[in-house]
Amino acid sequence: MSKLPKEPPAGEITPPALYLRRRELLKSAALFAGTASAIGGGLVWLTGGAARLSAAGAPGGEATPLGSAAAPPGPPAAGASSSGTSSRDPFVTDEARTSYEDIVSYNNFYELGLSKSEPARNAGRLRLRPWAIACEGEVKKPEVVDLDTLLRWFPLEERVYRMRCVEAWSMVIPWLGFPLGALLRRLDPTSRARYVQFTTLLDREQLPGQRSDVLEWPYVEGLRIDEAMHPLTMLAVGLYGKTLLGQNGAPIRLVVPWKYGFKGCKSIVSIKLTERQPATSWSRAAPDEYGFYANVNPAVDHPRWSQATERRIGELRRRPTLPFNGYAEEVAGLYSGMDLRESF
Amino acid sequence: MRAPARTMSPPRAAAAGVPAGRKLAWLPPAVVAGGLIPLAVLGVRAGAGALGPDPVAEALNQLGLLALVLLVASLAATPVKLVSGWTFPLRIRKELGLLAFFYACAHFLTYAIVDQGLEVRAIVEDITERPFILAGFVALLALVPLAATSTARMLKRLGAARWKRLHRLAYVAAVLGIVHFFLRVKKDTTEPMIYGALLALLFAVRIASAVLRRRAAPR
Repeated sequence: MSKLPKEPPAGEITPPALYLRRRELLKSAALFAGTASAIGGGLVWLTGGAARLSAAGAPGGEATPLGSAAAPPGPPAAGASSSGTSSRDPFVTDEARTSYEDIVSYNNFYELGLSKSEPARNAGRLRLRPWAIACEGEVKKPEVVDLDTLLRWFPLEERVYRMRCVEAWSMVIPWLGFPLGALLRRLDPTSRARYVQFTTLLDREQLPGQRSDVLEWPYVEGLRIDEAMHPLTMLAVGLYGKTLLGQNGAPIRLVVPWKYGFKGCKSIVSIKLTERQPATSWSRAAPDEYGFYANVNPAVDHPRWSQATERRIGELRRRPTLPFNGYAEEVAGLYSGMDLRESF
Repeated sequence: MRAPARTMSPPRAAAAGVPAGRKLAWLPPAVVAGGLIPLAVLGVRAGAGALGPDPVAEALNQLGLLALVLLVASLAATPVKLVSGWTFPLRIRKELGLLAFFYACAHFLTYAIVDQGLEVRAIVEDITERPFILAGFVALLALVPLAATSTARMLKRLGAARWKRLHRLAYVAAVLGIVHFFLRVKKDTTEPMIYGALLALLFAVRIASAVLRRRAAPR
């Protein structure tokens, strides 16, 4: 209050004690607000910021349309084609597809980062052309094939598969690719070929995650040859009618829908037929947790989480996990006589 | 076992719930308000669908980490005082501990209700069969008596020495929380290691100070 012409009435004068106390209160309020926002901001930064998963940024790289075939059909209306039980098509599930955005922003690809969102951020480092795949080992016709040549050999098919991660989440993904069996037949395996070993590109510049030693690099996965020849097993080069992005294993990756996702070797540079079971990356890192077979099996729990249920990305509630991820009718025969608790 | 009572200094009693002096009256409510901001942010982001493709996992991770961070922060009060002489951390120790308990409960309830859909059998199986979940659950249980005895009245009723001994459980809870975190991550253990190292450091400060005091005593 500045000067007034007349002396103010006594009732309008703030007693000095109260006036001083008001200053103290204001100071306290400011300190309160400052401290509260500092603590709150710090905690939010610590838990939501830094390298942790946050609202996913723009996925790195750009997918281009793929395949001369017409654009893949959109997701079928809910419950549209689930009426005919006999027309069950294992190659195209009619379950609702996971959104493209989720498929390209929620990835496990440790070579491109340990969190789910990092692969999308780092995928731009991958140089996708030229790309050669060494087809080697126990084959009569070994050769190093350029990817574009490979794509001319086999017509692309769209397959809508369920994908189940060992971390108990799942997606439905419309892949574009071709059966691995077609390639293996062309390579003409020798009589000694019993397994197929897949290897991811080893290049610390393009795959910065390989600078950390969480796993032994390069990433190696493998299948028994009958699993590899199964018509469901495919090499994918695209999804949702577009080329694969780095975070999804561009330019070419393995897809085995009845096995946990980590079996699907990404950014493959070598396909080698072998006589002995390959030492695969995850089963070398933690043999008690990640078996060579890694068939989706609700009855065999992972030491840290139950496999009985899973959460479909985009849904809140869990759903029961199906044996062999719902492909039991097609593949259970491959394992007859095996104890899947032992060979998990 | 009687020794700790001797070291009970007035600021500790203050932090334990005895009314604090007027000087920093704004501090405890500021800590509580600030500590609740992450919950508000999480709620807003969840409402806006901005928690990423697996919002349940993201919420669980954030709530769990908040519980751990706040628990470690509450355990830092005494070591910070021992090293720096500052007593203000002691005035907010109770608030930090209660916030940690609050977030641990929110973490568990999100797991039980949202993640598991209150499937009691699945939850019991998780707790009994998976060391990772058992560790987290026991950590939460260990915090219950601490939260229940956080008031000045309970401190008086228990007596300072007994109350202090009981509240050492906070270290057990923190260790179990870190074990829970450690077992949770698949291969990259950097983050839980950071919290483990921090906790070890806090322990080391207490032990070093106790040793120094014991050496000084006989003279």
